[in-house]
Amino acid sequence: MLLQQLINGLTLGAVYTLIALSFSLVMGILGILNIAIAELFMLAGFIGITALMAGLPFPLALAAGIAGATVASVVIKFVAYDPVRSSPVITPLLTTLGCSIIIQNVVVNYWGSNPLQLPFEFLGERLRYGPISIGSMQILVMATSVASVAVLGFMIQRTRIGRGLRAAAENRDVARLLGVSAERLTIVAFALSGVLAGIAGVLIGMHYAAITPYVGVETGLKAIAVMVVGGVTRIWGALLAGPLIGIIEVMTIAHGGSQIRDLVVYGLMILILLIRPQGLLGGRSSDTGQRV
Amino acid sequence: MSTYFAGLLADIGILTLGALSVYIILSTGQLSLGNAGFMGIGAYSASWLTVEAGVPMTLAVVIAAAVSGVVGVIVGFPALRLKGIYLAMATLGFGEMVRSFFLNFGPTGGAAGYHGMQIISVGYIWAWTGGLVVLVMVLERSRLWLGLRAVHDDETAAELIGLDAVALKVGAFGFGAAMAGISGALFAHHHLYIEPSNFGFQHSIELVLAVILGGSTIAPGSIFGAGLLILLPEYLRFLADWRLAAFGTLLIVILIVRRQGILDRQLYRLIGFGRAS
Repeated sequence: MLLQQLINGLTLGAVYTLIALSFSLVMGILGILNIAIAELFMLAGFIGITALMAGLPFPLALAAGIAGATVASVVIKFVAYDPVRSSPVITPLLTTLGCSIIIQNVVVNYWGSNPLQLPFEFLGERLRYGPISIGSMQILVMATSVASVAVLGFMIQRTRIGRGLRAAAENRDVARLLGVSAERLTIVAFALSGVLAGIAGVLIGMHYAAITPYVGVETGLKAIAVMVVGGVTRIWGALLAGPLIGIIEVMTIAHGGSQIRDLVVYGLMILILLIRPQGLLGGRSSDTGQRV
Repeated sequence: MSTYFAGLLADIGILTLGALSVYIILSTGQLSLGNAGFMGIGAYSASWLTVEAGVPMTLAVVIAAAVSGVVGVIVGFPALRLKGIYLAMATLGFGEMVRSFFLNFGPTGGAAGYHGMQIISVGYIWAWTGGLVVLVMVLERSRLWLGLRAVHDDETAAELIGLDAVALKVGAFGFGAAMAGISGALFAHHHLYIEPSNFGFQHSIELVLAVILGGSTIAPGSIFGAGLLILLPEYLRFLADWRLAAFGTLLIVILIVRRQGILDRQLYRLIGFGRAS
């Protein structure tokens, strides 16, 4: 029973991690909270499920979801970030909110406001190991998440683009002085964050076997909590915090009722903000000078 | 006056107070994304007082404001440690915690919501709204508000000239929360049914939107923004299904073109209200 919950929590946590990484890429590098990410991943979920129902194999459906979210994310960069890049943080927060209102409206008009259900035959069988049962979907979700994070990790640690991103996350102004192109970096950050949101969207659609136009806000807010708990500018913090919050959530549902979980998750987030603003994995507290 | 129009007017009054609560906290440079949480506290305490304890309406509103205000002060102290987007995220978490608390809190109905309140008139709502807007506008001309704005512009400099930034910031949180509490109390007695999801993140965002659209530098901006937010979707009805997309587009355009909101000190003077100050 305990092991079963652990596995369920890890699956949920894997998806949270991806969305949290998506938030954290934009937040760590540009210092803005892109609220529209919540709807990007909802959009990708709809595209992914529609593609699956049209008979496309999983990799193609995943690619379609990623493409949709990435394009939308880059459009958001030009429409809602560029014109307000020099204003206080609240303005980009609200312009991206404007984008999320638009995306949600478009999805509702195109797919309708009812949940889009994945037919039963797509669910795959459950594998049983003694008392534990794992859906093959769950394995797919976890494997895809791990693979995506590994690829992202390689990109950030080993490539030129990654070095630029890390430099900008450390200190935007110095990075620009050293010749890192701010414009290109911004596009890369938004695009990568769209890719991650896209993967997460398709995965969560498959995990729940359904998606609604209103799934964005709730999951998005949770992902923000994951990002904060892991440490906002420490990208790898989300790797620890995602599964942690996923497990906490599943455990509180099992032992305290389903609605206590939000109290626990957001309580933890506020606690971290207050006593360890750099996040669980964050480095020296002097890192926070510019942020807190 | 038709019922339809009266309903809209009541909504504007209630939203104005909610927006004002964000405005007051924002005046010290603190952005709160959890003010719907304070509204919820006010709504539930006022409703419980009038329904279960038989307290008269006005007294219930005052007590609800006090309860919210105290919670606001309690939130205000830890909020001192955070700035900008981090404070915004922490208050967002607070709002979600309040929502989730009422979802689990049996005495006020939990997920099933709470009802049994007596309806109040539009006039009563606007008596509160009008009175409080005037109060804030009077306060805006006081030394106290000058202090708030000094903290907003530069906290260190404000402290150097002897202002108590801690007291001002925490006080603003308490005052803003009390205002949100009143808004919530009126909301509950206007809609006659409340449930925790009325006071979630979406509503907090709506309050911030009203302030930012209407004008985040003067109090009347809140009325203007609230009116805009309530009436715009009504006037965009001809767009049918694309109403929200149009609203989102308009929001982005206004934010890009006019960051301080539609109404600011200059425009306010231009239309002839208020003398140069």
